[in-house]
Amino acid sequence: MFHVKHFDVVVVGGGHAGTEAAHAAARRGARVALVTLKADAIGVMSCNPAIGGLGKGHLVREIDALDGLMGRAADAAGIQFRLLNRSKGPAVQGPRAQMDRSLFRAAIQKMIAAHDGITVIEGEVIDFILEADRAAGVVLASGNQVMAGAIVLTTGTFLRGTIHIGTERRSGGRMGEASADRLSARFDEFGVSLGRLKTGTPPRLDTNSIDWAALEMQRGDDAPEMLSFLSTAPAVRQISCGITHTNARTHQIIRDNLDRSAMYGGAIDGVGPRYCPSIEDKVVRFAERDAHQVFLEPEGLDAATVYPNGISTSLPEDVQLDYVRSIKGLESAEILQPGYAIEYDFVDPRNLTPSLELMSCKNLFLAGQINGTTGYEEAGAQGLVTGLNAAARALGAEPAMMDRTTSYTGVMLDDLTTRGVSEPYRMFTSRAEFRLSLRADNADQRLTPLGLQLGCVGADRAEAFEAKQKQLDSARTVLESRKISASDLKDTGINVNAAGPKRSLFDALSIPGASVDALADVAPELSDLDPTIARQLQRDATYAPYVKRQMSDVAALQRDAATKIPTDFAFAALDGLSGELREKLSAIRPANLAQAARIEGMTPAALTLLLARLRQTGKPARSA
Amino acid sequence: MSDTIFAEATALGKAGVAVVRLSGPQAHSAVRALAGDVPPARQAALRVLRIGDDVLDEALALVFDAGASFTGEAVAELHLHGSRAVVASILAALAAMPGLRPAQAGEFARRALENGRLDLTEIEALGDLIEAETEVQRRQAQAVKSGALRDAAEGLRADLVRAAALLEASIDFADEEVPEDVVPEVTELLERAVAAIERLVAGSFTAERIRDGFEVAIVGAPNVGKSTLLNRLAGRDAAITSDVAGTTRDVIEVRMDLLGLPVTILDTAGIRESDDVVEKLGVARARERALAADLRVFLAERAEAPETGLMGPDDIVLRAKGDLVESVAKDAVSGLTGAGVDRLIERIVDVLSTRAQGASVATRDRHRVAFQASLTYLDAARTQLAFGPEGFDLAAAELRMATAAIDQLIGRVDVESLLDEIFSSFCIGK
Repeated sequence: MFHVKHFDVVVVGGGHAGTEAAHAAARRGARVALVTLKADAIGVMSCNPAIGGLGKGHLVREIDALDGLMGRAADAAGIQFRLLNRSKGPAVQGPRAQMDRSLFRAAIQKMIAAHDGITVIEGEVIDFILEADRAAGVVLASGNQVMAGAIVLTTGTFLRGTIHIGTERRSGGRMGEASADRLSARFDEFGVSLGRLKTGTPPRLDTNSIDWAALEMQRGDDAPEMLSFLSTAPAVRQISCGITHTNARTHQIIRDNLDRSAMYGGAIDGVGPRYCPSIEDKVVRFAERDAHQVFLEPEGLDAATVYPNGISTSLPEDVQLDYVRSIKGLESAEILQPGYAIEYDFVDPRNLTPSLELMSCKNLFLAGQINGTTGYEEAGAQGLVTGLNAAARALGAEPAMMDRTTSYTGVMLDDLTTRGVSEPYRMFTSRAEFRLSLRADNADQRLTPLGLQLGCVGADRAEAFEAKQKQLDSARTVLESRKISASDLKDTGINVNAAGPKRSLFDALSIPGASVDALADVAPELSDLDPTIARQLQRDATYAPYVKRQMSDVAALQRDAATKIPTDFAFAALDGLSGELREKLSAIRPANLAQAARIEGMTPAALTLLLARLRQTGKPARSA
Repeated sequence: MSDTIFAEATALGKAGVAVVRLSGPQAHSAVRALAGDVPPARQAALRVLRIGDDVLDEALALVFDAGASFTGEAVAELHLHGSRAVVASILAALAAMPGLRPAQAGEFARRALENGRLDLTEIEALGDLIEAETEVQRRQAQAVKSGALRDAAEGLRADLVRAAALLEASIDFADEEVPEDVVPEVTELLERAVAAIERLVAGSFTAERIRDGFEVAIVGAPNVGKSTLLNRLAGRDAAITSDVAGTTRDVIEVRMDLLGLPVTILDTAGIRESDDVVEKLGVARARERALAADLRVFLAERAEAPETGLMGPDDIVLRAKGDLVESVAKDAVSGLTGAGVDRLIERIVDVLSTRAQGASVATRDRHRVAFQASLTYLDAARTQLAFGPEGFDLAAAELRMATAAIDQLIGRVDVESLLDEIFSSFCIGK
């Protein structure tokens, strides 16, 4: 006899998207089933052992601001913290940390286990249970059924996953785990378009076989920048990473064996990321370079494996060993697990709504690599959004909407659903046109209030946030209300024309060389300000003129976003558009003018036409 | 479905041939309704146009398929006999067909713009070309119409996108193998762009002149023969002349084609002290207009230095009433006999055509405003760049604005083009 269980939300997959989704839904009060092939693999980092980075660090902070898992787990497992772009403006600085894989996994599993609202179910989901145009549950390979008001699918690379090592190929979603082919077939029936992507991993090396003494070492920052707003210091011992380089001989070995590479031998047709090329790719495309950097990243404090970042490959094992051993410091390296390339299906995210719900099957949400993205952080942020919205659907609560003006997460959701992907999508700061105001340091101010409103933020964070906000507000009030003459300002040691106008302390703070410390001379109440608060005020002041200038762009964007396009709008009947644009509009079905504007190939003239038609039909429906 | 529009493409009135143009989904079927069939696309064919038994005209019919026409839509042309009655009967027949309506002014061009067949600069230039009266104007309009301004803007855009890509690469791939120090190349790109934009802006004033006409003012004391000279140049009595000093009170303008250059000659009141209120006003206006003109021709009875304060570098000083000078001096001119007038025209053309060579493809105020805005942002970007990496994020923000200003001329930039540039240039991915 098969069992039928009932939950509010069922999350399929226990990776970074799945765990964030399950926990976020549970934080909103939903009863969640987390279905995964192996409970022990929950929270596994299957690629490089690091969290954060440029753009990615922003996403982690945003997940954290909504009380998600990734930042806290990363701080618990971080063995080397580095703030990238430290020498550049604070808006483009990104916190990053090397992970101890097993500590990270343990931290995630602990938080999942600690939440009463989450039930972990081991099993393979082989099908959906559909009711009319909506998903109502999933069928497990055991025959058991799990019914839920909303389903979040986070199957990563498991959809028709194929692993390639040289000319060898086998079906699988991750080394040693089966792929989920039956679900792939289901997607064909939903009438959504699937694409194929690929990604690669490097061979993993035995730490004891590396000549560390011969290598240049990179330490973490002296003052580590944590990933979570709730952390203050690393939890475990800190380590260094090694740096080495490929050389002419490495490149020759690779060139000589290109025909044995899955990618160059023609076995793979999926599209790989341009920013994360295989070593074969690097050697072919940048033939003029005689060396490429390789970071040797220990996978943990006591782990035997080292992740050589920079030499991912789909060459056969014997060639991998050959080229690895041609590299300085790796002359007698042993490979513990060969590098491989993996090809997998993804759902064209233009089939999804901005909350990542499948348009053709209600109540079914997709998050992570299945949507054509890459990276733990991208997956985690999507998981969070789908978890919050799946809970909203199941419980009849307020949906969680995030847009590009207030978060990187919003940028990603919008990019995915309006532009689709042509290569695995990774976050960059340059994707966020409002990045001067979307900083890693103010993610809590941008998003925690939303989290409080949605009810997904716990008491500890709520308290910490409110205390911090109070300090910020009162210091800011002092800075903005107090005026200072230019000559007094000069006396504090700030280089300014003494004949200049009187200005507020806040404006004064934007002058290069000004600091809250210096201004404390004239406003003593600022003297015992928490350094984090002072630093943030300084940053706010520096960017204020730019943010102000961007406000008109933000307003224009929001105005366009408020111009809704009816769901039954006949894009096909829009004459005066090129056939290509008409097709794109019909396929993507933008929900508003702002989304339409971001569709690739959209022209100002076409937008004008669209707006004119919206006005004509008399239902442009400006929502509040 | 959008309407099918039609209009007479040639000027109204009697002519050898009149062309009626149609654009829209029913353009071809409308021709079929009149001619019985539609000739193959892009092949002119003679057809009898009729409504029932009534033969309207025997005309050349020419059709273009959607996607391969001026507007981007299905287009048809009927080359009719240029009779008002014939044209009127055809227009009436078309207007009677459901789904067809007369075009509004500029509607064909607008459809071409909306369908991406022409960009904004090309539409503007098309307007200029149709308006062109002189050879130099025609050449300028043709240059812009064939995409010279778009090419200039796209050249600038390429430099700015490259500069932004360098900055973005060093921001987003700080821990990867991107060039260590991008400041020198970015600086070079920005300086090149700034220099190019400054040239475009400087030349835009001349280009505007070519479009709207140069102004040449004839200046001098009263009764020195300014109006007589104007009339000689114009070949007609444009200004009233008399022996009474101060006859010309207002500024008289005559538009002419001087060897291909569009020139407006201004005849101004003679400059002198006067108690007459009206004359005083005339003198003030004469000074004002003379000062604003591109070139001044000073007439004086003796070869004395002309009125101070008005003289510009290339200005021409001539002896007036050359007919009264005994042996016609080289620098004399006579409006009365025409002596020295050809030489004067040559000198004017010489000066103005030298200037015209400095014209840029930025022919309108709109273009100049966009370029000047871009310059402001580029200046700010250079200031930020001077701070080194610390200023990269703000320099990049300024560059975005600078590029957006240029893009207003033609299209848009987005992050994908930045990433394309980054990925085609650097080895990203450690």
